[in-house]
Amino acid sequence: MSWRLLKDFLFKKSAAVFLAVSLSVVLLIFVGLGYKSLPLLQSESIINILTQSVWSPLKGNFGFLPFIMGTIWVTFIALIIAVPLCLLASAYLAEYASDRLKNFVLPLVNVLAAIPPVLFGVWGILFVVPILSDYIGPAFGITSSGYSVFAGGIVLAVMIFPIMISIMVEVLKTIPEELKAASLSLGATKWETIKKVVFVKAKPGIFAAVVLAISRAFGETIAVLMVCGNIPQIPKGLFDAGYPLPALIANNFGEMMSIPLYDSALMFAALLLFVIIFGFNFLSRVILNRLEEKA
Amino acid sequence: MHTLSSIETKKTQNIVMPSIPHIRIENLNVTIDGRHILKNINLDIPNNSITSIIGPSGCGKTTLLKTLNRLVDDAKGVEVNGSVLVNGEDIYGKDAEVTHIRKQMGLLSQKPFPLPMSIFDNVAYGPRIHGTRNKKVLNSIVELQLRNVGLWDEVKDRLHASATQLSIGQQQRLCLARGLAVEPEIILGDESTSALDPISTQTIENLLVELKDRYTIVLVTHILRQARRVSDYIVFVYNGEIVEFGKSEDILLNPQHELTQQYVKGFIA
Repeated sequence: MSWRLLKDFLFKKSAAVFLAVSLSVVLLIFVGLGYKSLPLLQSESIINILTQSVWSPLKGNFGFLPFIMGTIWVTFIALIIAVPLCLLASAYLAEYASDRLKNFVLPLVNVLAAIPPVLFGVWGILFVVPILSDYIGPAFGITSSGYSVFAGGIVLAVMIFPIMISIMVEVLKTIPEELKAASLSLGATKWETIKKVVFVKAKPGIFAAVVLAISRAFGETIAVLMVCGNIPQIPKGLFDAGYPLPALIANNFGEMMSIPLYDSALMFAALLLFVIIFGFNFLSRVILNRLEEKA
Repeated sequence: MHTLSSIETKKTQNIVMPSIPHIRIENLNVTIDGRHILKNINLDIPNNSITSIIGPSGCGKTTLLKTLNRLVDDAKGVEVNGSVLVNGEDIYGKDAEVTHIRKQMGLLSQKPFPLPMSIFDNVAYGPRIHGTRNKKVLNSIVELQLRNVGLWDEVKDRLHASATQLSIGQQQRLCLARGLAVEPEIILGDESTSALDPISTQTIENLLVELKDRYTIVLVTHILRQARRVSDYIVFVYNGEIVEFGKSEDILLNPQHELTQQYVKGFIA
């Protein structure tokens, strides 16, 4: 075998090995997390862990419900803010904006995606939290420090804007011109066409964008941690503090590892996060792929 | 190759025009990204008859059709000069309202594009947009228009099924019904049978012939036999200019201009 062919052969094999290594890391994380959570799962049933609301590691109570609810609250608030805004923004970009504006705004949106999360956290502390505690809270007669699931949701919403807008713009672009022309030629206005035809036709893609944003939102750690108060309680309202899963891991890992099962409980939190995010990502990929096949 | 200057002897053969045609085009010029697509178009389209626009591909016939309901100026880089009078009103005038103009015309595109909703809602879409809310009225509009296109008996039991379940020929008839439901006076067809099988094509052609008593119909087609089968008048467009306009049999059997002769005989495709 000549040297050149041997090099080709070696390259092919080693590339395959590297691929296998990088993929197996994901698997190893999953297996490792599962293995490390075993002690907790053996001492308590998984249903109890997921549905109990008392979290006191010192007494051996590991109820995950506050963290699950904290994550859901923050994510849900972020979606309520982000989905309508992004839908309208992407409709504007896809249907109304001139090419010049589009070429200016879309890269800007991607720059927004590149801002490190910690900066969003700082922005949240300096801007969102004071506004909530000084203006919006009092306006509803609520005394709050501002560090709340509401603040977390707002910061998170801003953080998922870029991914949502860029996917939604791509999705809206797949709607055939002729379909829009069909609606317009009946005398529909552009807005009627967008609302009744474009959005309806784009529903699966919009759904996929939302699901992808949810998986991003679930995992977002530092910015949310900085503004949402981190008290292990089930939030009862917008202005209550919450404690999302990623914040739990980031805040406590490495501390108090002497307490039995605490280590295992944090690993279980990580496993939970891993499974949820993996599931959502998978779901949105499936939807987007199906959409591409159709288009 | 014919230069543009050779297309000057425009001949309009003995056509008796009504005083106010539904569509009158005056000095129309269209450029797209700086390219001159339509040049000095002047044309009165006869009422209550079928006029076919024929010509080689890329000659501007689809652009000409789309200037009639202002779908061209949705595209970017398009500049339209001159006027198109629909019922005497300049649709490119300052006060012209696009939705009102388009309501007067039904468009039948190359491929059927049913809206993402049920069969019933597809037909009711236009009337609803223009303010019809009454259920009974909507029901009767839908039934009437579906009967008009011969689709009623085929779909009356599944009006609320998705329109995409229909065959492509049925979809095209649905699109026609949808267009008729806004009570236009004009029907525009852009190679409306090019995606259809021969039987569906014949159905659509027969429908258009039936409808011409009540509507002014303008079709773009690249099929000469179709132009012969359905049209009363033919416009031959070449390189963005009208070469010849006249009664269908005159254009097809006794063309005056050299270019028309060559196109009709099949020398220019």
